[in-house]
Amino acid sequence: MIQATRVSWHYGANPVIDGVSVTARPGRVLGLIGPNGSGKTTLLRLLYGALRGGTGRVAVDGDDLGALPPREAARRLAVVVQEAGGETALTVAELVLLGRNPHLTTFQRTGRTDHEIAAQCLTRVGATHLGSRAFASLSGGERQRVLIARALAQQATHLLLDEPTNHLDIRYQHEILRLVRDLGTCAVVVLHDLNLAARYCDDLVLLGHGGVAAAGTTEQVLDPAVLEPVYGIGIQRLDLDGTIHLLFHPTDQPAVERTASRV
Amino acid sequence: MGAVTATAQSGSRPDLLGVAAQRRRTGIWLVALTVALVLTGVAAVGSGAIGIPPATVARIIGHHLVGLPGEVTWTAPQEAIVWQVRLPRVLLGMLVGAGLAACGVALQAMVRNVLADPYLLGINSGASSGAAAAILFGAGAGFGQYALSSSAFLGALGASLLVFLIARSGGRVTSIRLLLAGVAVGYALYATTSFLIFASGSAEGARSVMFWLLGSLGLARWNALLLVAAVVLGGMIGYLTVVGRRLDVLAIGDETAQTLGVSPDRFRLRLLVLVSLSVGVLVSAAGSIGFVGLVVPHLARRIVGAPHVRVVPVAALLGAILLVWADVLARVLLAPQEIPIGIITALLGAPFLLVLIRRLHATGA
Repeated sequence: MIQATRVSWHYGANPVIDGVSVTARPGRVLGLIGPNGSGKTTLLRLLYGALRGGTGRVAVDGDDLGALPPREAARRLAVVVQEAGGETALTVAELVLLGRNPHLTTFQRTGRTDHEIAAQCLTRVGATHLGSRAFASLSGGERQRVLIARALAQQATHLLLDEPTNHLDIRYQHEILRLVRDLGTCAVVVLHDLNLAARYCDDLVLLGHGGVAAAGTTEQVLDPAVLEPVYGIGIQRLDLDGTIHLLFHPTDQPAVERTASRV
Repeated sequence: MGAVTATAQSGSRPDLLGVAAQRRRTGIWLVALTVALVLTGVAAVGSGAIGIPPATVARIIGHHLVGLPGEVTWTAPQEAIVWQVRLPRVLLGMLVGAGLAACGVALQAMVRNVLADPYLLGINSGASSGAAAAILFGAGAGFGQYALSSSAFLGALGASLLVFLIARSGGRVTSIRLLLAGVAVGYALYATTSFLIFASGSAEGARSVMFWLLGSLGLARWNALLLVAAVVLGGMIGYLTVVGRRLDVLAIGDETAQTLGVSPDRFRLRLLVLVSLSVGVLVSAAGSIGFVGLVVPHLARRIVGAPHVRVVPVAALLGAILLVWADVLARVLLAPQEIPIGIITALLGAPFLLVLIRRLHATGA
């Protein structure tokens, strides 16, 4: 469980995140959504301690994140950030094996178990065939899957992902998010695509203008009346086969009229 | 995911991820390079103004080390040349070459730039200024016999801290800021050293400072080797190999390092102190020798790939071999006159740098 209490962060004089409290519950997938510049990534970085020195408190399973030794923190939180390590000369297998670092002492080499775990994680993201390739030579989508494999190899109790579906084609967008869901660990995911959020998140935090515009279950937050003022776009919600689908249209052009003018 | 798992099976057994094969390959390289280093040592001790056959060199060294062969079949001058003059010089060359290469590896990992090297980052210039202050004005006299080393170390540490502070002012440390700061600090300290030479008004002092600016292994003596050996073998190669995985993590990025359990700021500071210490000791023993720290890590990575557990020992062996051969060239090209070794390494290193620039351009990095 990750609990952030009244955390704030400023870039210069502009508060990006201002007194925000969120809770990621065990066994559930929490989605962070909101328009560009609403501070989704900043909030996520506060949750895994990349940004320190702001106000507020972040606790992981009850312990203050700032007070955890780095290795212990890495055994609890695995993180996938956007576009990390583009210049490394490591191969994919070597990069994924680095995910075992928090479990090894300084003098320990990676052993058979570590290799098995890394190989399994590569298989889970469908990237085993990339093992011997240079990470830098991969496409954006392949890189993303490999970074997710490294985070899985970390076997942390929480998984945090910053727009993991960026660069992925539609099949892998769904496969990666389903994988995150099926892990059953506590996960926090920054998502752009509200329909992906609808399908794969249990809870959502909607950010807008420095604070939380809405928080609750996916069912509660994905309400056109809540979303429309934050995103500034018209939204129509359809519930098909138990899943929420959102359709978008400009606010000055109602959905029905727009459909009609096309015909 | 059926199609994917089908192809996946082939690579996953018996050698998962090819780790065992890679370790074997690295082992073979380490053995081969160690053999090459020993042969290099024997050949280098034998060559110079007076040539001595390798077999004689080996016998003299064997006689001194393990008392075999017991019978003396060589002349006294040969023994003096091999044991008193050339062997300490070759050993110093190996240690300095290995140390500079390891410093280059550490710096390239910590600043994430393939162009980082103690020379380009102004650390050598700082050590030279410290050494010049010690020679010309007796700075650091309180440290007794280590006055020169400690003064060079303080100069190196001061320069590297200055470079990092300048590069850091105004936010993130980017590679380009770091390099520019290094160049600026390097020039300023070079000017400081030159100024110290002029201000001292001592011709002899000026000559010995020139020795530090261009580098030479000519002052190698047995008693000075111990400190260099301790710093290079224990401090650099030993430590860096042990923390190899952490270097891998740091080389990817600060945020990744942190999420994988390595505190980037603390680790970088520790590396910075270690590199400064080593460069200070190396410069005080052999002067300021450029390009080894820049070139050798790249060669090592081409041979065994990027993980630092493999790169550090391979780079150290390559650096040792390279510097000993550079010293042989320095001794024989214009014999009996000796060329400063820094000139040789720069002549060898500069074309390599050009190749590197071309390659960076080609990959668009």
